[in-house]
Amino acid sequence: MRTITYREAVREALAEEMRRDSSVFLLGEDIGKKFGGTNKVTVGLCEEFGDERVRNTPISESAIVGAAVGGAMTGLRPVAEIGFIDFVGVCMDQIMNQAAKLRYMTGGQTKMPLVIRTPGGAGRSSAAQHAQSLETLFCHIPGLLVIQPSSPRDVKGLLKAAIRDSNPVVFIEHKMLYNTKGEVPEEEYTVPIGSADVKREGADITVVATQRQVYAALEAADVLGEEGISVEVVDPRTLVPLDTETILASVRKTGRVLLVHESVERCGIGAEIAALVAEQAFDYLDYPVRRLGARNTPVPFSPPLEDFVIPNAERIADTVRSMFQTAVYKDA
Amino acid sequence: MTEKTRESYIWMFRTMTRIRQAEAKVAELYMAAEIPGFLHSSLGQEAVAVGVCAALESGDYLVSHHRGHGHLLARGGRTDLMMAELLGKESGYCSGKGGSMHIADVSLGILGANGIVGSGPPIANGAGLSAKLRGTSDIVACFFGDGASNEGAFHEALNLAKVWSLPVVYVCENNQYALSTPLRDHCAVENIADRAAAYNMPAMTVDGNDVLAVHEACVQSAEHARSGKGPILIECRTYRFLGHFVGDPFVYRPDGEEEEWKTRDPIPRFRAYLLENDIASKQELEKIEAEVAEEVDEAVQFAKHSPYPDPESAMEHVYSDWQWGNEYR
Repeated sequence: MRTITYREAVREALAEEMRRDSSVFLLGEDIGKKFGGTNKVTVGLCEEFGDERVRNTPISESAIVGAAVGGAMTGLRPVAEIGFIDFVGVCMDQIMNQAAKLRYMTGGQTKMPLVIRTPGGAGRSSAAQHAQSLETLFCHIPGLLVIQPSSPRDVKGLLKAAIRDSNPVVFIEHKMLYNTKGEVPEEEYTVPIGSADVKREGADITVVATQRQVYAALEAADVLGEEGISVEVVDPRTLVPLDTETILASVRKTGRVLLVHESVERCGIGAEIAALVAEQAFDYLDYPVRRLGARNTPVPFSPPLEDFVIPNAERIADTVRSMFQTAVYKDA
Repeated sequence: MTEKTRESYIWMFRTMTRIRQAEAKVAELYMAAEIPGFLHSSLGQEAVAVGVCAALESGDYLVSHHRGHGHLLARGGRTDLMMAELLGKESGYCSGKGGSMHIADVSLGILGANGIVGSGPPIANGAGLSAKLRGTSDIVACFFGDGASNEGAFHEALNLAKVWSLPVVYVCENNQYALSTPLRDHCAVENIADRAAAYNMPAMTVDGNDVLAVHEACVQSAEHARSGKGPILIECRTYRFLGHFVGDPFVYRPDGEEEEWKTRDPIPRFRAYLLENDIASKQELEKIEAEVAEEVDEAVQFAKHSPYPDPESAMEHVYSDWQWGNEYR
């Protein structure tokens, strides 16, 4: 199978859906001709589809998301780009009060087929306003779907599914994965929203990890495998809806679970999954559920500080090892 | 005067009367604790809703705000379904999920009423863009208040609408107050219309208590937007007869202000105009008033006798077409 980057996979998904459906259009800051967006995802699309369908906007995030909301209610399928997830702070009303709720508040009179693409995640010293992982904010708002793909194959298939979905989707890409390569089929496919993927099978412990931490978990699993610990790595891929069955089946099989993500540990998706496991798989556990999120600080700038705050393969491996020693609760 | 114009004037009178009587009834029901939550009355602002909607075509869109009952009725919404929604009933426009602040009939092109001040203009742009990209000549009328013009989203929206030349008519209902704060204390400019200049957008200020003046301004503005000349702003100077919400004692209103504005109450004023110019007879107008009163009473009865929604229906309409259902996971 051919290999392309995560960035190319996103671009292919956009182009294919725009060719397939004339109601799909893109809007965002600097996404058009000769620039192609902050992360160069939309390079070339304006040339193919024109500036009516690949629309450069002013730096006005509320106006961007608002235009997507109004467009979605009147027959279009807007795909808005917010250059960094951190910028949702200036358009949260349009996301959480408008996109998420207009269908509900009108008693189902409208649909809201829009996608907000935005990169999150740390890893290149972008500091506290350009490196956050804010996915859990959106999980807490009924009406939104939240997608966080890790591989090029998943990002393409899920973005195509998101564009075809009738609901508002917060589609979070990871800025450190844009250059990551992976196998992506050339033929048409989508990845169903709400399906997790077992990225590596194992028998002794389940590591549920999201986005870049999937790669860290796989790296840790290699090391741990040599030490005799067989790690199963589950990637939820979509946080809302969450594929609880796949996660629970893995936990019931292994009896141990570690939850890893780049958003801060406090009230992260790991907390939600920990509660799920406690409610529905408690009797299967051989060890207390453990979480490994980012430390509860803003993301710092200097590389050693950032490295200290964000989980990595080494910390995942250390945590897993500790879960095979005498069961003790993690220090506060 | 052509028969068509006369019919249009009679429609304006009937619709303003409908809004007036419905709002008066709604306030009464609220004070009698028959309406849950809280509500914002458009009593006194009827001429704006009616003058604007009289200038719209059937495919046009409308973006309302938290004081939106009049917009819905002026756009052709049904009084009975509105009353049922206000009472939280299953038969209401939004199946009891929206209430006063979110009441809308999307089939009439109404893209929601909104509880967040200043959130409508960005959404109006989306509908305008949609009309443009789909190659229609539909336009959007976007209502907002003087208070909303201080929100960042409003300014982002006006700028984008001009940059993209969107077919949006922004209609400011300047009712002199942002909640309790009078215009002179919350706004850096004297006229909301002055703000349009910052976006190179044409604008005008009209007497918002004169339905014909509002109508004329909106006819011109709609023509401007429909012909591809881009967005335009109309500031309608009007006055809120009740407080910010029904039950607000309006203690911040200076003595004499209400009386002064009531001399320009849009409905008696238009009634007098119709009579003085022999457009309608006193009997004809009284008949309309009686018919509207009956309609409003029937609407209230319909609402009162409608059942509350099944509590389980709270789970519906969170998502659409979604095989995972509406549960939270």
